[in-house]
Amino acid sequence: MMKIAAIVPAYNEEDAIAAVVNDILQEARSQNYSITVIVVNDCSGDSTTEIISKLNCVALNLPINLGIGGAVQTGFKYAFENGFDFAIQIDGDGQHPASEISKLVEAINEKKCDVIIGSRFISKEGFQSSMLRRFGINYFKWLNRFLVGVTVTDSTSGFRLINRKALEIVSEYYPDEYPEPEAIILFSLNKLKIGEVSVTMKERQGGVSSINAVSSIYYMFKVSLAIFYTFIRIKFKK
Amino acid sequence: MEKIQIIAIAISILFLLYIVRLIIKGKLREEYSIVWIVCTAVLVVFSFWRSGLDIVSNVVGVYSPPNLVFTAAIFAIFIYLLHLSVVISKLQSQNKQLAQDIALLKEKMK
Repeated sequence: MMKIAAIVPAYNEEDAIAAVVNDILQEARSQNYSITVIVVNDCSGDSTTEIISKLNCVALNLPINLGIGGAVQTGFKYAFENGFDFAIQIDGDGQHPASEISKLVEAINEKKCDVIIGSRFISKEGFQSSMLRRFGINYFKWLNRFLVGVTVTDSTSGFRLINRKALEIVSEYYPDEYPEPEAIILFSLNKLKIGEVSVTMKERQGGVSSINAVSSIYYMFKVSLAIFYTFIRIKFKK
Repeated sequence: MEKIQIIAIAISILFLLYIVRLIIKGKLREEYSIVWIVCTAVLVVFSFWRSGLDIVSNVVGVYSPPNLVFTAAIFAIFIYLLHLSVVISKLQSQNKQLAQDIALLKEKMK
């Protein structure tokens, strides 16, 4: 049976976290794989810590706030050290419905990929994100295609399933801020096969996005720089 | 000796003493103090040796001595700031590693 670690990064998600964890556990009950939920609490100031301690999950409580990348990487490290075959990242705000997990699991087996990304933009159903955000996503699509020749329609999607080979890479190095687009470059330069599968996402159930309108310019600039650096670093190491 | 010279010497020496005090009290690590000690030493030397600035400017071909002071100072500041950014980046990555290890260990202890 496939052993999957569901990594849920949570920062001040007291409104949504319990439902997210319970949905995942509920979903896994009827499937032919086992899921262990790992909630990484990124030093939340609200009652997230108490809520997750009562849930049926592994609670990793960070002593300081590391940001999304550092938090998710903590989960990757746990999954890698504890011998999980796969890890799936599921946001703590309820954007990624648990019912879509099976689509990713099926796809990774069928397509023989190392990384499967759940994309909102293949069938264009469900929550489609804002105009500005979609513009950024298209920009990263072209940037990725240009640099590594891989087309990912939803490069900012955090809803991804990775196998042990990818898990080893991300436990070693994972970007701190806005890690998703950069991780695609990281995976493809490490010769991992990346696939996409269409999923439906919901609008966040609680909490605030880590990216607002003001910081989106900074986001694009920072991620572009990070992508170039990662590209150069890995290309010239070999 | 002119008034400004005495003031410059006094300030430079006080600054030097303050740096030494910080090191003794363990508030400043020796490796970061080197650059400060060198800078202050340069200040002290030029406070005593008044014609020194004109001579050095002449040697490197700078017409106006104050320009040499500003150029050298700004260059030194840039280099040192870059060094500090490197130090901070290193600390940040070590900090992240420690935090992650603590979270993983706390879970293991349960």
